[in-house]
Parts: sequence; structure tokens; C-alpha cells
Amino acid sequence: MKRFNEKVMNGDAEGIKDLIQEELDKGTAPQRIINEGLIAPMDEIGEKWKTGDMFMPEVIMAAQTMKAGLEVVKPILGENMETKGVILMGTVAGDLHDIGKNLVKMLLESAGYEVIDAGVDVSTETFMKEIEKQKPNIVGLSALLTTTMKSMEETVRAINEKYDDIHTIIGGAPVDQAFADKIGAKGYASDAGGAIEICDKLISA
Amino acid sequence: MLVIGEKINTSRESIKKAVETKDSEFIRKVAREQKEGGAHYIDINCGTFIDNEPELMEWLVEEVQKEVDLPLCIDSPNPEAVRAGFEAHKNGKPMLNSISGEKERYDALAPLVKGYDCKVVLLTMDDTGIPTDAEKRFQVAKDVIADLKDGGVKEEDIYVDPLVQPISTDTTNGLSVLETIKKIHKEFDNVNTTCGLSNVSYGLPQRKLLNQTFMIMCMTEGLNGVILDPTDKKMMGLVTVSNSLLNKDPFCGQYLKAYRDGLLEI
Repeated sequence: MKRFNEKVMNGDAEGIKDLIQEELDKGTAPQRIINEGLIAPMDEIGEKWKTGDMFMPEVIMAAQTMKAGLEVVKPILGENMETKGVILMGTVAGDLHDIGKNLVKMLLESAGYEVIDAGVDVSTETFMKEIEKQKPNIVGLSALLTTTMKSMEETVRAINEKYDDIHTIIGGAPVDQAFADKIGAKGYASDAGGAIEICDKLISA
Repeated sequence: MLVIGEKINTSRESIKKAVETKDSEFIRKVAREQKEGGAHYIDINCGTFIDNEPELMEWLVEEVQKEVDLPLCIDSPNPEAVRAGFEAHKNGKPMLNSISGEKERYDALAPLVKGYDCKVVLLTMDDTGIPTDAEKRFQVAKDVIADLKDGGVKEEDIYVDPLVQPISTDTTNGLSVLETIKKIHKEFDNVNTTCGLSNVSYGLPQRKLLNQTFMIMCMTEGLNGVILDPTDKKMMGLVTVSNSLLNKDPFCGQYLKAYRDGLLEI
């Protein structure tokens, strides 16, 4: 499985697909291919990103490669694919910025989560509807504007009031841990790598 | 080239602390240093204080004007904060940073722009989000410019900001800004352009190198306003050098003055 690392890191999507086929032909369990061949290299890349040995474009390239591999294995497993958990994500009402959210989404997916993207300018009402429909374990809210921190607060409070078992996490340039504490969000991270750690912690708690 | 000094922003820890403790000495020092660095406008942003932004805006505008005679750039989407800033403003023509094509924001701020004699920064986004290409950015700008002009705002007071996004997440993000700047200057004789640069380098190492190079590229396409740290000697030197190379410096006067003042670092 070690060979997967290099292919993911180099963004070699075709190489990944070939390796997966090879493993499948050998009879390796599809879930094992996902965990050890696709998620494990991304964990390593995440570490390298954190220490400044890799950079965002490289991480994005790796995540896209990982995803290309996932698309091969997913149909085989279908409903039986294990995920770490379901995360609903969106940028809060009044805010149209999506670069940060999309990045976090991509990395959470490559860490083994199923992520549902509610898009941008998502009202509290829409969040609540999506929660009913998708039954997520975690709801991630993003804001880039100081003016939309209020929408974030409103949505987090609404979710907390109705659900005891859903973790709300927040991120974005104007928010910090103190703001998360103030509005009752269960988690905050300053970057996408941190978001994965927070989710892992909340899910395993 | 209009240089807007970006340092008085409460998203920076030192400014946040100074505002909380009403440390006017510190605020005035940051204003003074930016003027000495060569700023033409001083940006004032206290948007992180969502509960009492108008009151703090007024305080900051007054304190900064006690120190420098430069006009200020009132940086907020909140009409109450903008009004407070404009009312307290005495140093010539203030600038509003910013309006956009987003309907709610535009409807709230356009009356202020039309009602006060001010300059205005126009972000090229609307209710559908930040455009990924130059064409859509230009269309958003064009529509808002038309409406502002109907309301009596002069082209020369409008600064289009094409919203710089990181090339680390999408490598087309640099080029689409360059194309937008070019198109604005081609289609309008007197509309200006401005942008913040540092977003372009987000997620990459040695960010200054990217910011510097990108500014020069933007200036080549006609960029004539910029929001940056005027105490960054290297960056300010590059502004001067680019102006000279782009035939905006008769007889290289500014270049040679900067040289004699010891402002040109290699």
C-alpha cells in the first residue's frame, strides 16, 4: 500500500486508478484500499502541510487525486462504504464567500468524511431543513465577513436549541475561539487541517 | 497611483488592543508612520467590533485626523458606521470602502455615496457571488458604475476593486484580475482601479515575492490605486519604480527623489 503514497502526493490520478485495479484484482478489500491507500496518504500530506513542508496547491492536487481514486472504489462498496461521519457545511446567510468552505470540504472528504455542501448565503431555515434531511453528525459554518458573524451566531444557536447530538463547528477569517465559545459552537479551527482534527475529536468523543 | 494605507484595521491584534484600551497614542503613531511611508489615504476598519462599530469608527477618524492631514478611507459595509465616519471626517474628500453589486449592500450604501462628496471603492461581486472570470467582474462593475453616474457620482471618484483571490486554490485567479483591470481602463476613460494584493499569495511561501510581482503586473494593466502597508519600503519603492517605467514620472523626478531619500532598496 506504500506505493499509493507517492502517486497521491504527485497528483498521478491515472497511476492511482491503475494501482487500485491491481489491488482489487489481488482481492484486497475495497474498504482497506480506501483507508490505507487513499486516506492514509492524505493524513501524511496533512502533517507535511502543517509543518510547512507542503503547500496548498500541492494539497489540493493530492486531494483531487485521492478523490479520483475514491470514485473508482465507491461504486463497488455502494451503501456499504464506511465513512467517519456525515458533515453538513455552508457559508452563512448574507455571505457569498466559498473558497475557504470549499477547501475545508475537500480536505474533510479526503480525510474520510461524507460532506454535504449547502452552498453559500445559507439561511438558518435552510440549515435546519438540510439537517432534517441529511441527519449530519457535524454542521460546519463558514463566514468571511464581520457583518455575517451575526448570521452565524443565529444559526448556531438555532441548531443547539433543537439538537443535543449535533456538533456545530465554525471557521473563517473574522471568527476565533472566543467567538465560538460566546455563541456556543462546539468547535473552531483556524485552518482546514485544524478542521479535520476538530471533527475527529468531536466524532470520537 | 493612489496609495491607501491598510494598517488601521481591528482584525490586526495590535490595533484591536489599542481600540479596546482607547490608546490614541498608538493609533496616531500608526497613522503617522503610514503618512511618512507615502500613503495618500489612511484606511480605517473596525468591523470586528460588531456591536459598537459606528461609535469606534467616529473615535478612530477623530484620533487619526488629530495626527495627519490625509483624507481617510472609511472601510465598512455598515451604513451607520460609514455615516459616523463621514460625519467626523474633515480632511478633504473621504473614500468609502466599499460598495458592491450585492443588492442589500448597494441599496444601503448608495445613498451615502450620492449624498456625500466622496470617493468610492466598488467590489466586483453581486448576489450571485464573486465571479471567477474577468467578463462577469466587468459586467458587475459596469452596471454599478452606470447607476452611480446616474446619481451624480463622477467617474474619477470611482475605484473598481476586482477582488483578488488566491492562486493557490485556482491558478486562473491572477489572470482574471489582470484582464478585469485592463478592460475597465479600456472601457472607461476616468474610472480608477484599486486592489488589495496579499490575497493572491494566500497558502504559498514567500508571499511578499508574489505580492510584489503581482502589483507590478497590475500596474502594467493600468491599476492606479492600491491598498497596502506603506511602511513596507520595498513595496513602496516598487510603486515608484513602476510609475517611472510606465511613463507616469516626467523626467524620472519621483524615481530620483526616492533614490536621494534612500527609499530604493534592491
